[in-house]
Amino acid sequence: MSDIPLPISHVTDTSIPGSEPGTILEKLHGWVVTVDHKRLGILYILYSTFFLLVAGAEALLIRLQLAYPHNHVLSAQVYNRFFTMHGTTMVFLVGMPFLFGFANYIVPLQIGARDMAFPRLNAFSFWLTAFGGVLLYYSFLGGAGLYGVGNAPDVGWFAYAPLTLRAFSPGHATDYWALALIVGGFGTLGTAINIVATVIALRCKGMTLMRMPLFTWLLFVVSMLTLVTITPLTAAQFMLLIDRYLGGHFFDTQAGGSSLIWIHFFWIFGHPEVYVLVLPAFAIANEIIPVFCRKAIFGYPAMVAASVAIMFVSLGVWAHHMFTVGMTSVSNAFFTLSTMLVGVPTGIKIFNWIATLWGGRIRFTTPMLFCIGFLFQFLIAGLTGIMLSVSPWDWQLHNSYFVIAHFHYVLVGAVVFCIFAGLYFWYPKATGRLMSETLGKWHFWLFAIGFHITFDTMHFLGLLGMPRSIYTYQPDRGWNTLNLVVSIGGLIQGLAVLIFAYNLITSYWCGEVAGDDPWDAWTLEWTTSSPPPVYNFEEEPEVHSRRPLWDLKHPDDPDWEYEA
Amino acid sequence: MSSIPVRQPVRQGEWHLPSKRRAGMAALIVGESAIFTIFVVAYVFYMGKSVTGPTPAQVLEVPILGTICLLSSSISIWRAEKAIEDGRMASFSILLGVTIALAAVFLTGTAIEWKKLIYRDGLTISTNLFGTTFYSLVGLHATHVIVGLFLLSSIFIFSLFGWVDSRHSERFSAIALYWHFVDAVWIVVFTVVYLIGR
Repeated sequence: MSDIPLPISHVTDTSIPGSEPGTILEKLHGWVVTVDHKRLGILYILYSTFFLLVAGAEALLIRLQLAYPHNHVLSAQVYNRFFTMHGTTMVFLVGMPFLFGFANYIVPLQIGARDMAFPRLNAFSFWLTAFGGVLLYYSFLGGAGLYGVGNAPDVGWFAYAPLTLRAFSPGHATDYWALALIVGGFGTLGTAINIVATVIALRCKGMTLMRMPLFTWLLFVVSMLTLVTITPLTAAQFMLLIDRYLGGHFFDTQAGGSSLIWIHFFWIFGHPEVYVLVLPAFAIANEIIPVFCRKAIFGYPAMVAASVAIMFVSLGVWAHHMFTVGMTSVSNAFFTLSTMLVGVPTGIKIFNWIATLWGGRIRFTTPMLFCIGFLFQFLIAGLTGIMLSVSPWDWQLHNSYFVIAHFHYVLVGAVVFCIFAGLYFWYPKATGRLMSETLGKWHFWLFAIGFHITFDTMHFLGLLGMPRSIYTYQPDRGWNTLNLVVSIGGLIQGLAVLIFAYNLITSYWCGEVAGDDPWDAWTLEWTTSSPPPVYNFEEEPEVHSRRPLWDLKHPDDPDWEYEA
Repeated sequence: MSSIPVRQPVRQGEWHLPSKRRAGMAALIVGESAIFTIFVVAYVFYMGKSVTGPTPAQVLEVPILGTICLLSSSISIWRAEKAIEDGRMASFSILLGVTIALAAVFLTGTAIEWKKLIYRDGLTISTNLFGTTFYSLVGLHATHVIVGLFLLSSIFIFSLFGWVDSRHSERFSAIALYWHFVDAVWIVVFTVVYLIGR
């Protein structure tokens, strides 16, 4: 796109890693033993793209089953397994690895480092995460256990006790679920530690905290949040396994245990987890929106402060998932208000993005389109979130399709849209080639239309009283047409994702050659070659402002003259 | 046409960043604290909720010796940190050895306590809620002591061969940080299990 020669000497290095001679087996071996943050980032992304397709297929089968009343595509048991696996996969094997993949690839490049703080821990964490995914899916084969009942986990992604106890979940399906999440959880913890240490200790000269790109800032915040988010889940899973294998009584109501405490522990993990997933989406939007409206981000310090505020507030809202279990009115009021409080920092962010767009020369490339879709959808998701934070409203709509619609608006409308935006944005950096814009626009429009057909309609199904997790329904409930519409929207989204996958693969060979800086961007990752050499930067960069590449391109009008 | 003089940005004199090892260890400690918090909360939540005996008051004895040993090991490892920074390797080895010995005494105390609880009092992890929460919380802490003991013993063996010197002081300080955390957790566990819960 831009062919301005960059006034940087060290980008002339054109040696492309991976082009060294060797058999396929040697190359594959190189990928398995790699400790390079860029390769691990790509492995994370490929891994989560694969599971995105798998969990997407599960979602389509779920929707096929629900398209008509009294349908018989899936049995009730298989249906339960599929929605459990769909949820668990999307959160743990798609969402988090995607975001850690981006973090792995981008963060060291953006802060001018040569690798992560602990490269071997990085590789270890990836392979733990990968093993967790394989373990979870192996349950389809090995989960039956000695009892010959069940195979994949069927307890829902939140696995409420006492349903998970031996008496109600015989066989090994639940064990696979718990073990896979423990293993994957350690991988997640390792990567989070790595990102925190990298950002604290490996910033290049002049990269003070208030000069860090917002992507790096938000991933830093997310990693700190992950440290205290994934660990309570690991602890609760250990308790579950102690109950299941050693005869413990944590969640055993007959011995004085409490099933309620599982719900608390799960959502102490589960709600901050939403922010672990959505903050990186904000991070991606923070990079893409300024570049494609040719303006520096509006309100950088406010963005940082809002992200840190979200991190703290998100730790005190978990029980809004529990209004229907019967808490005291003090608790209800507290969690209603704390949940509404999240709206303040997120509102600041939305206003800042809009102010960045305001008066900018907007270029509607595919990444920008996805980000604009994200802005609209995240606003609606936030508003339904505030509706659900009102406990009486939640009593009415809890566990209905309204809730499903709300969180899919966050997780698909915000997170998946931004993941796609990020993939289109950084693909040329990682491969040296641009993804096809034509196919990208097809992908965007089909996906956005399918998304709205599916999830807008789901809100109405929820208001009409359709509960979640039911495998079929009576024809006289008035849900028939809407359910069919939801399923058709799902198919359109599936088609869009297939176009995306085709684009992702073919652009690697057929895409337009990108050059170092195809989008005329401003952060350090665009100063090095595409793909970057193993050592990232020939000489350690030195930065004087938030947009170091702008300073290099415009020595007559550098940013550091205006930044405090 | 006069060109506008470009003002060079003020050069930072020195560019100091915190140690990545200490930062990483601090991050691990934050994560571990969350795990311990969940187990402590479970212990406190289930205090006195067991439907059968034995109760903590009947069977638990306050492990005074073990506690003194574990807490003193924090002092000895702190002195060892100072020694390795100054390159006094002989006193480093001795102080490290003292730390390991103190930790070993603590673990032995736990082992004796558990043997008594299991064989004499008949309290196992499946006996009642007290057993479930007690063994998992104290066991989780003991696991961390064992991991720390493994790390310290490795360094001790290396130092006996003369493979450790003051260049490794930063690495050692990360492990010392972990050890201080293990001790600090014991203060919480001790207070909850042996002082409040008994």
